[in-house]
Amino acid sequence: MGETIFDLGSGDGIPSTVENRLGISRREFLQFCTAMAATLGLPTGAEAAIAKAIEKARRPSVIWLHFQECTGCTESLLRAEHPTLEKLILDVISLDYHETLMAAAGHQAEAARRSAMQANKGKYVLVVEGAIPTRDNGIYCKIGGQKAVDMVKECAADAAALIAIGSCASWGGMPSTSPNPTGASSVSEVLGKPVLTIPGCPPNPYNFLSTVVHLLTFGKLPELDKLGRPLFAYSRLIHDNCERRAHFDAGRFALEYGDAGHRQGYCLYKLGCKGPETHANCPTILFGDAGAGCWPVGNGHPCIGCTEQGVGFTKPVHELAVLKNVVPPTSYPRVVEEQGHSSFAAAAALAAIAGAAAGGAAMLARNLGKAHEEADVGEKQE
Amino acid sequence: MAEHAVSHAPAPLGGRLVTPVTVTLAALALAAAVVLAFRFIYGLGAVTNINDGYPWGIWVAYDVVVGSAFACGGYVMALLVYIFNKGEYHPLVRPALLASLFGYTLAGASVIFDLGRYWNFWHILTPGYAQVNSVMFEVAVCISLYILVMWIEFSPAFLDQLGFGGVKKKLSKAMFLFIALGVLLPSMHQSSLGSLLVIFGRQINPLWQAGYLLPLEYLMTAVLLGFAMVVFEATLVSVGFRRPLETALLSKLAKFIWGLLIAYLAVRVGDLLARGALGNAFRFTIEAASFWAEMLCFAIPAWLLAAQARRNNPGKLFAAAVLLMLGGFLLRINGFLVGYETGAGWHYFPALPELVVTIGLIAFEILAYIVLVKILPVLPAQSATH
Repeated sequence: MGETIFDLGSGDGIPSTVENRLGISRREFLQFCTAMAATLGLPTGAEAAIAKAIEKARRPSVIWLHFQECTGCTESLLRAEHPTLEKLILDVISLDYHETLMAAAGHQAEAARRSAMQANKGKYVLVVEGAIPTRDNGIYCKIGGQKAVDMVKECAADAAALIAIGSCASWGGMPSTSPNPTGASSVSEVLGKPVLTIPGCPPNPYNFLSTVVHLLTFGKLPELDKLGRPLFAYSRLIHDNCERRAHFDAGRFALEYGDAGHRQGYCLYKLGCKGPETHANCPTILFGDAGAGCWPVGNGHPCIGCTEQGVGFTKPVHELAVLKNVVPPTSYPRVVEEQGHSSFAAAAALAAIAGAAAGGAAMLARNLGKAHEEADVGEKQE
Repeated sequence: MAEHAVSHAPAPLGGRLVTPVTVTLAALALAAAVVLAFRFIYGLGAVTNINDGYPWGIWVAYDVVVGSAFACGGYVMALLVYIFNKGEYHPLVRPALLASLFGYTLAGASVIFDLGRYWNFWHILTPGYAQVNSVMFEVAVCISLYILVMWIEFSPAFLDQLGFGGVKKKLSKAMFLFIALGVLLPSMHQSSLGSLLVIFGRQINPLWQAGYLLPLEYLMTAVLLGFAMVVFEATLVSVGFRRPLETALLSKLAKFIWGLLIAYLAVRVGDLLARGALGNAFRFTIEAASFWAEMLCFAIPAWLLAAQARRNNPGKLFAAAVLLMLGGFLLRINGFLVGYETGAGWHYFPALPELVVTIGLIAFEILAYIVLVKILPVLPAQSATH
């Protein structure tokens, strides 16, 4: 955090403005900010940043909906470090509704959402996390008595931009896996129009943050592919930039978990890695800010294709991927080379030949010698 | 000697080409051709037992290294007749040359069978691709050139029949050059075959890792093998085609062989003692057993050929020649396969198809020899002796 963050201002500066706007005393306001900072686990002095952020007029309002999901998208977002989520929600946007992060509960929360939608009509950003059940009129997911399918339509109607985060919201994800008893559907299917999607289970938080920053900085969405995925993150196959790619090209594969090839970091294609048919930037930006090699394939697990509809949660983990852009050689060398073997037939054949040759040579030598001696005797007799 | 003076000029042997022997040999050669077809379609792994630890098998160790040494008859006879000017051995030159011709040509072909990416074989003969500091390069170039030189050396035997009498006359003026090359080139690559083992260092058992003496040992045994081959082949030709034995000529030759053999044994044993490697021969290992077999194959002929009486006995002469060939064979097989250890777990024993190819190649050599001595003037005419 920069130095200015600690500058609370003086006299009738920031807090006094807020006093007027929020209708609470300066003391009460600063107490609230400190409590928020503590709840979020923010460092000392962050209350000043919160104070400043809240004071700032008109950051774009964001409404974040949760449906059929595990909150993994939000969880991974909480662990982002550059920028951190609190920086995002405090400095950049105004997160007006988010079930995991908001302090409000119950009818109060729903009221806050409605008033934010009302106040920012046509200007707020809607983020949807989770699939939407549509079977039996969508009764399998309700929030405050309202069905998910109705809520998403209500919120989407006046939204300036719509982001579907995670594979569930993007294309149905895990809940939509066959037999899909709840009729889990993507945002775009429910609304009947294309939306920006950040698939992944969970998606890399930076793909979401970068999209939001792009939106705020340039006032428009980044370039998308035909599935609504930002091209900056989803234009390449994982296989293209994989750190194990050289092993694939050389034909060095792990064939079993823990075998010699696996321990040496060989290509995981034969263990079912879906890198060759999955679009994502995982090998480039890694995951979880834990350092080099920290992403599924880097850790030795084949990619399950979580970002790709029809691959993740659909194909078994061990199933061979469809190679989309590389035709492999017809045969590969073995990971463990055969060290040589001998056959009884060959040994017997060799022994037979050697025996026959030795016998033949010995007989010939003997006969030649005999003939020579006889000739010698003959000569002497003559 | 008188009979040879009369019948010096070589003449075709004549006779039927299709005999039980030639048919058997042709069948063996055909079997090899079938295996080779498999090898070129399905790769080396389909027919051989070679592996990452033993990247060469008998196709290199026998067909090339031993095979080319067995084919040194032409080389040593040219050395003897033209360099040491021993004209009396001339009747032995052309038959020896014919055997060498096939030995070397097939050794060269075997290299291609054994190359994983055989379609790149021309790289080694192409300036820019070739690694000129490599021993393998020297061997490859030398053997290729020598095959060419030998065909030229042998060409007077068939140029007449093909109607190229004029070419033959012109060639005879330049023949001394080819004969000189025909002596120089084998001296180079036969010693280099020994040099190949130098770079394997400790992977070669100390019993055969003679370091800088390896080229000398391989050259000396190549000459020994060449002479032994001449005796072996002349005896077999005499017995097989029911011609009188050339014992008088061969027993004189045997005196050279004996001298060289004693010199070789001095170098070999002296080197083993000097390097302190002889201890390895007194262990219960396959290597030690193979070493003693090899040494016996050189020691027994040293005794057999020592006395004039034994040298005059064609049976003992033949036995000495066979043992010498076996000794030279063992020296090379021991160096290239038996005493070659690339690491724990690796081992090699030829597969049946590999053996079929090697046997088929030998059969083809003998078959071609029989056919060619019948239709081309190779062996000295025998009219005066009958």
